[in-house]
Amino acid sequence: MWSYIVRRLLLGIPTLLGVTIIIFGLLHLAPGDPINAMLPPDAPQEVVQMIREQMGFNKPLPVQYWRWLKRVAVGDFGNSIATRRPVLSDLREALGNTFMLAISAACLGFTLGVGLGTTAAFAQGGWLDKVASATAIAGVSLPHYWVAILLIIIFSVELNWLPAMGIRSTSGATSAWDLAQHMILPTVALSLIPMGVIMRMTRSSVLEILSQEFVMTLRAKGLWSRTITRHVVKNAAPPVLTLMGLQFGYLLGGSVLVETVFSWPGSGFLLNLSIFQRDVPVLQGVILVLAAFFVILNLCVDILHSVIDPRIRRT
Amino acid sequence: MADIVLPEYAPNVTPDLLEGPAGRPMSYWQLVGWRLRRDKVTLAAAGVILLIVSSAVLAPYLAPYDPFQGSIRLRLARIGSAGHLLGTDEQGRDMFTRLLYGGRMSLVAGVTPVFIALLTGSTLGIIAGYLGGRVNMLIMRLMDIFYAFPSVLLAIAISGALGAGLGNTIIALSIVFTPPITRLAESVTTQVRAWEFMEAARASGAGTLAIIRHQMIANVLGPIFVYATTLVSVSVIIASGLSFLGLGVSPPHAEWGLMLNTLRQSIYVNTWVPALPGVMIFLTSMAFNLLSDGLRDAMDVRL
Repeated sequence: MWSYIVRRLLLGIPTLLGVTIIIFGLLHLAPGDPINAMLPPDAPQEVVQMIREQMGFNKPLPVQYWRWLKRVAVGDFGNSIATRRPVLSDLREALGNTFMLAISAACLGFTLGVGLGTTAAFAQGGWLDKVASATAIAGVSLPHYWVAILLIIIFSVELNWLPAMGIRSTSGATSAWDLAQHMILPTVALSLIPMGVIMRMTRSSVLEILSQEFVMTLRAKGLWSRTITRHVVKNAAPPVLTLMGLQFGYLLGGSVLVETVFSWPGSGFLLNLSIFQRDVPVLQGVILVLAAFFVILNLCVDILHSVIDPRIRRT
Repeated sequence: MADIVLPEYAPNVTPDLLEGPAGRPMSYWQLVGWRLRRDKVTLAAAGVILLIVSSAVLAPYLAPYDPFQGSIRLRLARIGSAGHLLGTDEQGRDMFTRLLYGGRMSLVAGVTPVFIALLTGSTLGIIAGYLGGRVNMLIMRLMDIFYAFPSVLLAIAISGALGAGLGNTIIALSIVFTPPITRLAESVTTQVRAWEFMEAARASGAGTLAIIRHQMIANVLGPIFVYATTLVSVSVIIASGLSFLGLGVSPPHAEWGLMLNTLRQSIYVNTWVPALPGVMIFLTSMAFNLLSDGLRDAMDVRL
């Protein structure tokens, strides 16, 4: 058990290093000098040179990478070029908002997905199965940024029930109710994919268990159908749980589009902003932190999986 | 958008002749064809794809108006307006025309990356799976690094770094889709390699390249192809999403995601016209998803 965890942890280190190399490389191979974003175009050459040296842009890339890595390792992402504020503080706030949205979307999507998937599997071939399966395939096929716009059109423009954007009302209301109202539409838009993906996995996983012989034995023993359901669900759970972990990671990293539509001040919104301002420190910080979360999440899922299903450890 | 879910592939050894309908012996591909012909949903999905593709290709002949020529007086006409059945956009350009033309870029941006990734991914995966050992370790560890990014984030990061444009969108998405296809190809190859006819081929003195060319590819491509059709639906959504963010195709070109973005500002003026481009993205993605499901069932591939 422990040896598996240690091995898995060690394997995570080169992956993380690779991630940092990709992030650093991407933004330095990119066309356009980051200096141009910091200074007016008519800045004197000496100033450009001075800033370049200050920021270390004149050093060879491996040296720049090493310096950057050393700073990042202790949580120093530098200052934003656009706002001059430390990246870390902006990032912390944005991540909090993204987490809030991701957690509520995960709760909604996972509950619906598991519910629909189990229902569909037990009603295999019936109309209930067809409706649930159609819902799931629509869920994974819907462009969620479009759904976000549709939700705004229906609930904000036409019905005027819910706010179309932001996290707080401009009136300065700070109640939890105000926050909840702002969260409803983005949560629904984000929950569609996890709902669809989890539903499909739950359905196939439950179906597979249902086809195994021990279920027949349980039936032959005359157990209540509720007891049988419990046994089936317990056995069908591991692959679904793994997928839930991954989906949560996708929610964190994939919320850029929905956050942009709703102007939700999360990490995706910050990322989008930093791309258009060519704010390299912010850009690097956001991507690095999100990717690191994803790696850690994957690690936790793998370890959890090995706890539930000991066969994994041997591979 | 649906994110990439890594499939688990369980090989099914296909006997030469299978029991077809009414006990008629059939070859594998005959059976697949027979199953597909009876699957109405899959046929309908294929029909929708054919319709969308041909209307995009034939846009210059089908479109009633010029896609770039607008009229200030006709801005944001409602759906059902005289002469503009689907209304007009914020510059007074005919929506029906723009949607037809939009399909060209959206489809190219959505399908090309999957095709490129299919080539690079299956090449890398077959090499890794067949050679095993250090080569496998090297290739798969490299892919793991790309796996550390959620796919949407990776696509945005790469196209954010490279800059806007159709070409950069295609590059970004090709990089995003290569690792999952490599992983699938590797796992299928590893399993196929253990089959008896492979051993027979090796025993009869066939070289590595010859084995890969004659024995491997045909057996590995089926499941990879089915998986790639699923990826097309994801790819269409992400490609349009990049344009939606301003990282893909740039104005004044017609592209569904871009149209969705520019029209988004107009929902308070003309409520429903801005929703139209999304319908096209949704239909395309849904059709590819259904087609993929149908192919998977017909080919009896367990993904």
